[in-house]
Amino acid sequence: MKLDEFFVTGEPLVYGGMVSIVLVTSAVIFLLTYFKRWGWLWREWLTTVDHKKIGIMYILSALAMLFRGGMDALMMRIQLAFPNMNFLNAQHYDEIFTTHGTIMIIFMAMPFLIGLMNIIVPLQIGARDFAFPYVNALSFWSFFFGAMLFNISFVIGGSPDAGWTSYTPLSGAAMSPGPGQNFYLMGLQLSGIGTLATGINLMVTILKMRAPGMKLFKMPIFTWSTLVTCFIIIFAFPILTVALALLTIDRIFGAQFFTVTGEGMPMMWANLFWMWGHPEVYIVILPAFGIFSEVIATFARKRLFGYHAMVWSMILIAGLSFLVWVHHFFTMGAGAFVNSVFSVSTMLIAVPTGVKIFNWLATLYKSKIEFTTPMMWSLAFIPSFVLGGVTGVMLGMAAADYQFHNSYFLIAHFHYVLIAGTVFACFAGLEYWYPKMFGHKLNERIGKLAFWFFVIGFHVTFFPQYFVGLDGMPRRVFYIIPEWMPLNVISTVGAFGMGVGFAIFVFNIYYSYRNSKREKTGDSWDGRTLEWATPTPVPFYNFATVPHADKYDAFLDMKEKGETTFEEEKLEPIHMPSNTGQPIIMMAIAAFASFALIFEWITLAVIGLVGVLIMMGIRSFDYDEGYHVEVDEIKRIERDARGL
Amino acid sequence: MSAHELKSGPLEYRTQEGQMSILGFWIFLAAEVVLFSTLFATYAVLFGRTADAPVPGELFEPGIVLVMTFLLLTSSFTCGIAIHHMRRGSVKGLMTWLIITLILGLGFLGFEIYEFVHYSHEGATLQSSAFWSAFYTLAGTHGVHVTLGIGWAVLLLIQLAKRGLTPVTSRKVFIISLYWHFLDVIWIFIFTSVYLIGMVV
Ligand code: HEM
Ligand SMILES: [Cu+2]
Repeated sequence: MKLDEFFVTGEPLVYGGMVSIVLVTSAVIFLLTYFKRWGWLWREWLTTVDHKKIGIMYILSALAMLFRGGMDALMMRIQLAFPNMNFLNAQHYDEIFTTHGTIMIIFMAMPFLIGLMNIIVPLQIGARDFAFPYVNALSFWSFFFGAMLFNISFVIGGSPDAGWTSYTPLSGAAMSPGPGQNFYLMGLQLSGIGTLATGINLMVTILKMRAPGMKLFKMPIFTWSTLVTCFIIIFAFPILTVALALLTIDRIFGAQFFTVTGEGMPMMWANLFWMWGHPEVYIVILPAFGIFSEVIATFARKRLFGYHAMVWSMILIAGLSFLVWVHHFFTMGAGAFVNSVFSVSTMLIAVPTGVKIFNWLATLYKSKIEFTTPMMWSLAFIPSFVLGGVTGVMLGMAAADYQFHNSYFLIAHFHYVLIAGTVFACFAGLEYWYPKMFGHKLNERIGKLAFWFFVIGFHVTFFPQYFVGLDGMPRRVFYIIPEWMPLNVISTVGAFGMGVGFAIFVFNIYYSYRNSKREKTGDSWDGRTLEWATPTPVPFYNFATVPHADKYDAFLDMKEKGETTFEEEKLEPIHMPSNTGQPIIMMAIAAFASFALIFEWITLAVIGLVGVLIMMGIRSFDYDEGYHVEVDEIKRIERDARGL
Repeated sequence: MSAHELKSGPLEYRTQEGQMSILGFWIFLAAEVVLFSTLFATYAVLFGRTADAPVPGELFEPGIVLVMTFLLLTSSFTCGIAIHHMRRGSVKGLMTWLIITLILGLGFLGFEIYEFVHYSHEGATLQSSAFWSAFYTLAGTHGVHVTLGIGWAVLLLIQLAKRGLTPVTSRKVFIISLYWHFLDVIWIFIFTSVYLIGMVV
């Protein structure tokens, strides 16, 4: 293989990307060396098994991915603003919409939410870490390296270009030769395995590690949403694993699952993909529902209305989410009867979703709303998400979908649910829990500025797309005709508004780091649930003494009774897991193996695989049992943290 | 993460860590059920799509498959006996029966490899048609699981020899026994829905 087959050449934008990658990497290496921070990085972050630090790494990576996906989006919007634009050619446009979609769903939305779950769920249930902290680190690194693999494709080997849905036969070896599509397959495979492990890990954590007295139906609602999400992950992700593996076998080893020769069946990919894909969209929306519920209850200063209904509707949504996948290809010949069945099941999902909307409204009803930034995101979510849901039901009517399918109407639908749902929730959750993570709030004024830019930009971008879709503009085209221009110009302007909003949001992180008042109490918002019971920053063992939590809104109850998580007479030594470099090394080797497979260097891939197996063997013989934090040490840390 | 240890009950359930690992493994097995279900569904969808390759009825041989089934089912039984010895606190009994289990497993694998080689000589390869792709992937995934299980069990045997029965080693052995029985169950489905049906259709 020649060097110019390995690196992508001939595109000015790609050269720009290469230069910035080299610059940023060198800058990071220089800074780490100059400030002698390599040891610190390794000890404190790369080898950590602490759920709070892993969560922070998830969120940082997700923000980076939001940036990358956002750049892709802006490039697409520039190309689509006017007819006859020559900013991106067809091939480049195809690559960019593929990486945009994949990155946003797999490497931005999910990791962002998993990051928040990492940090908050153990705190909400009174646990000291995950059930399997080592596996948690493994999951993070598998996501991280999966994301890296996928992201470098645009400079090395070439990006995938068959859409985030990667439909066969287009994505098969015959029509998409070369490494591009393999990047998609291996990047998703590697990170998907980590996601599955997180699902299992969090489920055991929630089922087995709750504070004494905390019954399932006393759990905070975000923890409930996480539990239900884990259920979906566990039953949906293996389907993706298989689908990706089959297509990999097709492409690299010449099998005939999805080919048009050898009696293969391209439609089977669409089925497998959406049997995972539809549950996947609920994986990214249910935790968002959980976040909004927490934020709304806190800032409405009221108990969440209809807690049981909220939980049951999530369970119902989770179940139904496995029964609707055909609505993604009503037009691909399933027949009237099948379409009708899936049409009905699709519309059914709107019922539990509607129940949730009314519960949020009822929580707000007659409350004294405090307009903090997280609350503003939540309030903006409700009407925006309703628009997305209602248009979803329109799409769910099979007959009508023949008109809407693959048009910008569909694009507008899923951005209304994914941005107004998931992205707003990520921002709300990050701002809400930020003081818990970093010991200071994000500046409210700048936060609100970012909010207005982003929310107005969002509606300006996507509302016109409903109409340009009805005017017949299909998705995944790189040119527009003059009739579609006015609405597209508006869209592009809005997209830049969102970009500005995001930039202000990120600036706020820096600004607040420099200027915000440091938190002392640990209970920054007068919270209701256990995560606010610990001091801030949270000691690495979370709870010096685990509180008894038999009331819903357990921390409210504690505050009334004057209890804390530091009852000196009840202190006992705390058992904690040791840090370990194994997860990052194992996953780095796995990434190496995947990279080799992407280029179909089979020998190297086998060597990498053997390396992974050896790492597993090393793990099996590793009898490290962690260490104990002694009572005196705990007292010292807690007194320090609480200013006693 | 509590260090409290129960004084009675099976060794592997005495610590909270043991209990959590076992629960986690059960959930993992649920995910494995989904994985294999997807492969079975794929196989069912692609059934009969043999293109120019031989049809399964021409190739499948009842003899070999029966022997394989017998080997694997027996290995599940001996694995049960191994756990029985573990519960009685006999490391020697446990290791002996575990080794017997592995030998049976190896026998199974040997026949499976022979079978695959034989079919591909007859013109039915992974590449020859959608049906055969599905067949090799389904049976092969099971075979890879068995292989990994054998490698894993060997590691555990070494640990047992070094450390004897502790809450940790017995938890590990108990978990691999769950895994082994699970593979047996999957094989029963492969035996009936792939081989038996394949032979008559
Ligand atoms: C009331 C609830 C919902 C209904 C009835 C609904 C219905 C639909 C239908 C029928 C389609 C396919 C349309 C077509 O391809 O022609 C679709 C696409 C989509 N929906 Fe929804 N949806 C709902 C909620 C959501 C939520 C909550 C999310 C994610 C957070 C979501 C994300 C998506 C995505 C990403 C696609 C497009 C995938 C693609 O083709 O690339 N939807 N929806
Ligand atoms: Cu869907």
